[in-house]
Amino acid sequence: MVLAVILILIVVGSLVFHFLNPWTLTELASQWGSMDTMLHVSFLITGVVFVAVTLFMAVAIIRYRHRGGQRARFQPDNRRLEWWLIGATTVGIVALLAPGLVVYSDFTRVPPNAMEIEVFGEQWRYSYRYPGADGVLGYADIRHIGAGNPLGLDPDDDAALDDVVIHGGDLRLPVDRPVRMVMRSKDVLHGFFVPQFRAKMDMVPGMVTHFWFTPTRTGRFEVLCTQHCGTGHYNMRGHVEVMEQREFDAWLREQETFGRSLAATANGERPDDPVELGRRLADGEGCMACHSVDGSRRVGPTWLNLYGSEVTLTDGSTVSADESYLRRSIEDPRAQVTAGYSPVMPAYSFDEDEMDALLAYIRSLSEDAGEE
Amino acid sequence: MAYVPSADAHAHGEPQSFVTKYIWSQDHKVIAIQYSLTAIAVGIVALVLSGLMRIQLGMPETDLVDASAYYQFMTLHGMIMVVYLLTALFLGGFGNYLIPLMVGARDMVFPYVNMLSYWFYLLSVLVLMASFFVPGGPTGAGWTLYPPQAITGGTPGAGWGILTMLVSLAIFIVAATMGGLNYVTTVLQARTRGMTLMRMPLTVWGIFIASIMALLAFPALFVAAVMMILDATLGTSFFMPAIIAMGREMPHEGGSPLLFQHLFWFFGHPEVYIVALPAFGLVSDLISTHARKNIFGYHMMVWAIVAIGVLSFFVWAHHMYVSGMNLSFGFFFAISTLVIAVPTAIKVYNWILTLWQADIHLTVPMLFAMGFIVTFVVGGLTGLFLGNVVVDIPLADTYFVVAHFHMVMGVAPILVVFGALYHWFPKVTGRMMNDTLGQLHFWITFLGTYIIFFPMHYLGIMGMPRRYYAYEDYEFIPQSAHDLNTFITYAALVVGAAQVLFLFNLFWSALHGRPSGGNPWRATSLEWQTPDTPPKHGNWGEKLPEVHRWAYDYNVPGVEQDFIPQTEPQPESGHSAGEERT
Repeated sequence: MVLAVILILIVVGSLVFHFLNPWTLTELASQWGSMDTMLHVSFLITGVVFVAVTLFMAVAIIRYRHRGGQRARFQPDNRRLEWWLIGATTVGIVALLAPGLVVYSDFTRVPPNAMEIEVFGEQWRYSYRYPGADGVLGYADIRHIGAGNPLGLDPDDDAALDDVVIHGGDLRLPVDRPVRMVMRSKDVLHGFFVPQFRAKMDMVPGMVTHFWFTPTRTGRFEVLCTQHCGTGHYNMRGHVEVMEQREFDAWLREQETFGRSLAATANGERPDDPVELGRRLADGEGCMACHSVDGSRRVGPTWLNLYGSEVTLTDGSTVSADESYLRRSIEDPRAQVTAGYSPVMPAYSFDEDEMDALLAYIRSLSEDAGEE
Repeated sequence: MAYVPSADAHAHGEPQSFVTKYIWSQDHKVIAIQYSLTAIAVGIVALVLSGLMRIQLGMPETDLVDASAYYQFMTLHGMIMVVYLLTALFLGGFGNYLIPLMVGARDMVFPYVNMLSYWFYLLSVLVLMASFFVPGGPTGAGWTLYPPQAITGGTPGAGWGILTMLVSLAIFIVAATMGGLNYVTTVLQARTRGMTLMRMPLTVWGIFIASIMALLAFPALFVAAVMMILDATLGTSFFMPAIIAMGREMPHEGGSPLLFQHLFWFFGHPEVYIVALPAFGLVSDLISTHARKNIFGYHMMVWAIVAIGVLSFFVWAHHMYVSGMNLSFGFFFAISTLVIAVPTAIKVYNWILTLWQADIHLTVPMLFAMGFIVTFVVGGLTGLFLGNVVVDIPLADTYFVVAHFHMVMGVAPILVVFGALYHWFPKVTGRMMNDTLGQLHFWITFLGTYIIFFPMHYLGIMGMPRRYYAYEDYEFIPQSAHDLNTFITYAALVVGAAQVLFLFNLFWSALHGRPSGGNPWRATSLEWQTPDTPPKHGNWGEKLPEVHRWAYDYNVPGVEQDFIPQTEPQPESGHSAGEERT
């Protein structure tokens, strides 16, 4: 009897919770309202089954609980009833599946006027690429990755030269224009998910994946990774800004094309300024994926004001973050790990000039750098 | 009829020394206990790991675990619970104990292989536990072990950790194969006189079909594990494309990360049913026995088990809707996945129809069976969301998925495990488990897990991603969601701690429980008709039992006693019991 009452309370409680709890869909910002509709249809159909089954159990327990003297009815089966139940279940399944597949076929068919934008994943950040004036994303491959070419665009492909690479910035999208996100990864699996857009897709190294949506309202939204990609997975994030087409065009025009930035790097070769060289190295070698320069906490300690500070290690001891400590932390990162961080950094080896440049860059990020 | 006369004469002499009786035992009952205790022990490790994860999620300010440890605990928790606890316990534990007793055999047909199966299982567990102590610790790749991440530097345990995990899995598969061959062969070849396939209890059907599935599905995981070991150690490129990880060019080219996902889920989805089908079988027998009524629609139940077993090999890529695989696959796998809901629904209907016009005894095993139905219905219905590809796209990799699979293949089968342990404990020990402790254990576990996992669905709908060490500073996650996480952590810790009640009850009752007699639940199936309780070596004394009816003759009209054991001959004339008319 207690069980029957509890079962009824579970049904009532679950329904009340469903309708009253504050945790629900984020406000939609893409055209995928049909996905929300299918979610609600699913709740409706499955909700009816959940309530019916649980209440049936409660009633059966109330009516047929053992009270002494009664006998169960011997009833091996009831084919008629079973076929009715199979039929009703099939109807429910079709009611879920048929509209679901119609919406899914929209998902598989990219509108012909969709704008192509590339999202590039690496541990643990996103970069983006726009096709430039020719409207075509140029050829790219991991093998081309190098200084000044973080996404590995092919320098010999004319279609790549006018592409715009956004490395370490927000994704910007024009409102009300379908976008086909073309996705690549540099290292491991990643995901690209903006809850307000609903649709998501994984990035897979060695292949190009894609999905599409149309942003339907302007605003700034969070991008998060939805495929486990290592220790920093939870902190792989970005932002997308949906803006009016006019603003978007103006912004895009201001961006440097790949061809121009490549030329700048080639001409400058190695900048004479060690801080600038260090900055480029840090960017190209992937340091910035884990270490921020603005004080924010990422997978590794921030570099802002790191130089010269007192660092507490996992064993409780403290060291001064001087040049020899930083050098050792780069070459043998697991020797002295900062308290509160995981020993995940791989060992790096740089030649003397590069190491000096990197250290100069880190030093330049400290307030007391001038005293050196 | 698969009666084998030679089995009767088959006299493997009863072992005398402690070592041959309890350590290097070839008796299926001792092996079953060895399997069960090992599985429960390793399950406690996994339970503690989940508590540590929950503390991080609910009270991140405690700084108890760092990000690496979190991912390592998450990985080991999942892998242990699915493979080393549930699979081992249902097949190696319940399968070993119940199959020979329920079909009327003296033992498994290959007792020596059966013994080896346990020792390989134990070895796989020890290798897995050893990964806590290797340099870098255990792998933190998530229980799905997706490459490239599983073997690249940005993941904890990418060196020794992943290798010990893969080696442990390979050893486990050897153990499961030896066990599975035994279970299948025993069911097919060692049934006693009169035990037709369609007279077998649903427990045997569930474990039988699950064992066949394990034999077909585990090889996919085995080859995947071997290939990944080669990628990690010899630099082959089965799953590894050209990548630059952590600033380093890796020596790979041309491999396919998606290939691993297909292999993993070709194993992984049948694996869900390898756990679920034994649970379906066991719970059917719990419900029928304690409701004092024949299971409703026995034939339909058997065919539903077979249908689910077959269909489960055609649905694997519903785990990969947003993996980047060809989108056209989505149509096929959405349809196959939702089709499997039909036989599954039949099982639920038949369980609850068994309750109708029954004589329901709300014993502790029955309470767990009822808790199972509610939990399984919620978990099964949310499976319709995730199977329906377009509903899955926003929900994939969110807490909705976490809630779904914990309900359907975590909590639901574990409730059956508990119910079945309370139910068959008297046969194993000759003593009853304590009823009050059992009731308390049930209510805390059933209601607690519901409170833990039900709200998680809504965090997922909001978009909260799974496998996150922390959720600091995400604008779309309101403070109330963090508060909910803290609340869930409290509930999880209470439920975790409550399992001590069960463990205490288990060991205390084994020594001091009330003597149960041979058939305390007044059940019909063969294991309750053994001449001795606990059954002695060889199970049946001088003569094998003879079976005359199905296992569900409860409250047969015209018969005073409310159950008729399977060994009871049919009356010479007059009406016959239900099984005859089917």
